[in-house]
Amino acid sequence: MDTTFLIFSAVKIVGVFAVLMTFVAYSVLAERKISAWIQDRVGPNRTSLPFVPKIPIIGPWLVSLGIFQPIADGLKLFMKEDFTPGHVRKVYFWIAPAVAMAPSIMTLAVIPFGSLMGAQKMLIADLNVGILYTFGIVSLAVYGIVLAGYAANSKYPFLGGIRSSAQMISYEIAMGLSVVPLFMLVGDDSFTGKLSKTWQDFLADTSGLNLSRIVAYQAEHGWFALPFLAKTQTGLSYMMWPFTFLAFVIFLVAVFAETNRLPFDLPESETELVGGYHTEYSSMRFGLFFMGEYAAMIAGCSMIVTLFLGGWTLPFGSLSDPASSLGMGIAHIGIFIGKMLALMGVMIWVRWMLPRFRYDQLMDLGWRRFIPVALANILITAIVLWAITSSK
Amino acid sequence: MIVPRKKLSFWERLYLPAIAGGIKITSKHFASTLFGGKTAAKETSDGFYPENKWNVGAGYRGAPYLVKDQDGNTKCVSCQLCEFVCPPKAIRITPPGPAGEIADRTNAEKMPKEFEINMLRCIFCGFCQEVCPEEAIFLQKDYSLTGTSRAEMIYDKEKLLALGGVHAGVQKWKHKPEEAKAKRSFPGKV
Repeated sequence: MDTTFLIFSAVKIVGVFAVLMTFVAYSVLAERKISAWIQDRVGPNRTSLPFVPKIPIIGPWLVSLGIFQPIADGLKLFMKEDFTPGHVRKVYFWIAPAVAMAPSIMTLAVIPFGSLMGAQKMLIADLNVGILYTFGIVSLAVYGIVLAGYAANSKYPFLGGIRSSAQMISYEIAMGLSVVPLFMLVGDDSFTGKLSKTWQDFLADTSGLNLSRIVAYQAEHGWFALPFLAKTQTGLSYMMWPFTFLAFVIFLVAVFAETNRLPFDLPESETELVGGYHTEYSSMRFGLFFMGEYAAMIAGCSMIVTLFLGGWTLPFGSLSDPASSLGMGIAHIGIFIGKMLALMGVMIWVRWMLPRFRYDQLMDLGWRRFIPVALANILITAIVLWAITSSK
Repeated sequence: MIVPRKKLSFWERLYLPAIAGGIKITSKHFASTLFGGKTAAKETSDGFYPENKWNVGAGYRGAPYLVKDQDGNTKCVSCQLCEFVCPPKAIRITPPGPAGEIADRTNAEKMPKEFEINMLRCIFCGFCQEVCPEEAIFLQKDYSLTGTSRAEMIYDKEKLLALGGVHAGVQKWKHKPEEAKAKRSFPGKV
């Protein structure tokens, strides 16, 4: 283990964590502002720092956007009384918030959020089993919620925990099955031969399920969701579009279910279960669940961007190749964050647009629609690919 | 009652028309609020809450206050019906007693020595207004009552009368002596 690797990894971990926490705080603000605008309200527009309103024009504008609200929100969560009700199972009650928060942060370890800065690849862990690691970690997220529901030792959190476990397990299957067609396409190693020199250097020592390879494939052949955004137009990607787009839709819906967002927020469903699994929590322990939800959204959006929307690439000029200069490296990170934030906007918007599903509708959609469709998608993709390769 | 559920068509079961409708209505409101500056607060009053309070409509049931008649007299006669009917027991009336002060109004028997409403208990149900035989208490337009202590939130008679204002109604006690006199001479007239 050489020291430069350790130092750079530590820097990247700290950087990603800091950026993630900032985005979590500000996506809460975005959620409040967007919901306000959709509902004919104004949202948080009063919080400010002492000197800010005195700045001409920009100061009052920033205050009216609520830019300082996350500071107040965070401070409030830390200052509130951390109350442990007498009837809870203490050890599980203490562990649950951390267990809920950790998986969403760990998922980000394998996401390629940029190309190169100097000689460093912009991802924390360059795993050759990237996608398997992601699904493994994502399925751990359910434990935090189940544990919270069990530890609270009262009926509403318990119901929330039960619902959550059923929901997350059902949608994980559809989620896992939906990405199989993509790896059928990317798994054909011959595509790397057509790539540029920088890409081939970038992909050295990687294999099959590495997430950088899926980014490389999309940069060359077009995004899986939108194949016309490609460096070189090929008939194959248009022929596969119906299948990859179907995979995109299933994955997107499954991400909504996995992150417990409306229209699938049955574990929380305020109108029926008080607050769901976090009913008994207060202060920063509640805050961890809250931040965990938004961190999971960011992780989910990053996964979608990497798998279906071309990762950190754009099909214009040299933006589709790994960076050769520091400026290009920063541009790639900017592209990734831009795509991720656009998806976050979609997720937030959907919450204020669609009503909650009924529990039986949710299970019906998962087991009787998405899982069969995802399986059929795998089968038909395999047949089509076989027909194409055998006709050559 | 069993509500017959309409069978959804295949197109509707894809959820696509619902999503399209959702996008349409949310983006319309989003644009009108963000770019048109149109908000619910501006529609119902001149601005935002703490500075500009909502203009409540007629018939709004806010906090109950005591009212005076058009001659400036206390209308309440201390019958205590409102105290009995009050579901959260927010009203407490101290009657004048046999040797107490006489009523403001000529011919009315008595008025309360003290009349207290605990606004922390009051649920604005309007039973007091409904039960009052004297039209002396009305639910008015105040909906946002604040105080810095519990004691401050118990409104006494003086405060309630000051906040209540005047309610011009039938002054049934005013002409009682004439009516009584007329009744007494009734048999002789026929």
